[in-house]
Amino acid sequence: MWRHPYGGMFVKGIFTTIHLSLLAWIIAVILGIMIAVFRVLPPRSIRLAGSAYVQLFRNIPFLVQLFFWYFAVPLLLPKPAQEWLYDHVPDYSYWAGVTALGTYTASRLAEQFRSGLLAIPLGQYRAAYSTGLTTFQTYRYVIVPYAFRIIIPPFTTEFLSCFKNSSLTMTISVMEITHTAYYIDSFTWHGLETTTAASMMYLCISGFIVLVMSFVEKKLRIPGMIVRSQ
Amino acid sequence: MDLTVITNNFKFMAGGLVLTFQLSLITMAGGLLLGIILALARLSSKHWLYYPATFYIHFFRGLPLILVIFWLYFLTPVITGKSLNEFHAAVISFVVFEAAYFAEIIRAGIQSIPHGQSMAAYSSGLTSFQCARHVILPQALRNMTPALVTQAVVIFQDTSLGYVIGLREFLRRVNLVDAREARSVELYLFAGLIYLAFCSTGSLCSQRLENHRQRNWI
Repeated sequence: MWRHPYGGMFVKGIFTTIHLSLLAWIIAVILGIMIAVFRVLPPRSIRLAGSAYVQLFRNIPFLVQLFFWYFAVPLLLPKPAQEWLYDHVPDYSYWAGVTALGTYTASRLAEQFRSGLLAIPLGQYRAAYSTGLTTFQTYRYVIVPYAFRIIIPPFTTEFLSCFKNSSLTMTISVMEITHTAYYIDSFTWHGLETTTAASMMYLCISGFIVLVMSFVEKKLRIPGMIVRSQ
Repeated sequence: MDLTVITNNFKFMAGGLVLTFQLSLITMAGGLLLGIILALARLSSKHWLYYPATFYIHFFRGLPLILVIFWLYFLTPVITGKSLNEFHAAVISFVVFEAAYFAEIIRAGIQSIPHGQSMAAYSSGLTSFQCARHVILPQALRNMTPALVTQAVVIFQDTSLGYVIGLREFLRRVNLVDAREARSVELYLFAGLIYLAFCSTGSLCSQRLENHRQRNWI
């Protein structure tokens, strides 16, 4: 399977998986933080909007969301935008995949961030407010840096599942690892070898990420405060 | 918006929903059983039980489900000489995959039981199997019900992956209808709503259970 065209395809597939999940991850982190903060803010309507987002995206299978972004969203756009999309965006499936994965992971991340926020003692908020910080400043300088450290372990888990979920974009024909493995099989009938190789790739990359993140976790630990029980 | 496409094909798609439910129920039962065995093996002090179970759990948790499905799909012809039908292939790969997740939930549940319980059981002369069966598991199962219900919701969603090997469950059928009628917006919104209805009921149950448990225990 490493023979001429296939080896190169496989390597390309690996890179596609990596940058697809990274892009989705960036969207997910930004959106996830926003929604998590929405869900703990005082006004009721904002909190409701936040939890509606989480409920909606968590309770619909990712595959359905993916199909929705890929098949239905272009039809919902106004005519000129639709034409522009078909003419100028040849790899629309890739971008649909990124958007779907990003918004989906955001809903899962928001829950993790929220539990991180709620794990912070109320005294921290009160202290921050009483030193005259505004709501935004309180979150930016006091709460979020704290919460961030608490959630690093679940954060890693979420990144790994984002990385694994990226394999589903094969259903909308994005050429990532899984699809490449399947695609090579259709020429060579060596499906078992290619899927085994793809599995090894996933395991190696996740193993590497776990190693890096446990290093990061050690570096960022606040002395005496958060110690993960072993 | 043209909703006739849904009413016209309702029966066809409902048939897929039945299959989805069957698949989820079988997966839950099988996954739970295998998961309990794996969790007990992982907590065992015997090396020949601990290492294989730990390896199994890490291995499958590190892989995407879709790849497990493909893998099994390609592997069975090599071993048995003939290919499985889609339903069996899907059931086996779901059970094998979800068992790893169940095992971790169950392990956490078992570890939440104070050590004194198993000490007391052993000192009253129970064997390790009896201790697990009569003392630890009944309490642990009660503690982890909310997590198990959440996992059931996840499985219900995951069955949509049967799509990739051509299993005609709900999503596949919606997709087939879309291929014929070209009404993506209505159909995928409909599919989303159906999944949303079932899954949010499940999540709500899990939340209620969690609140209930906390009131009882703390």
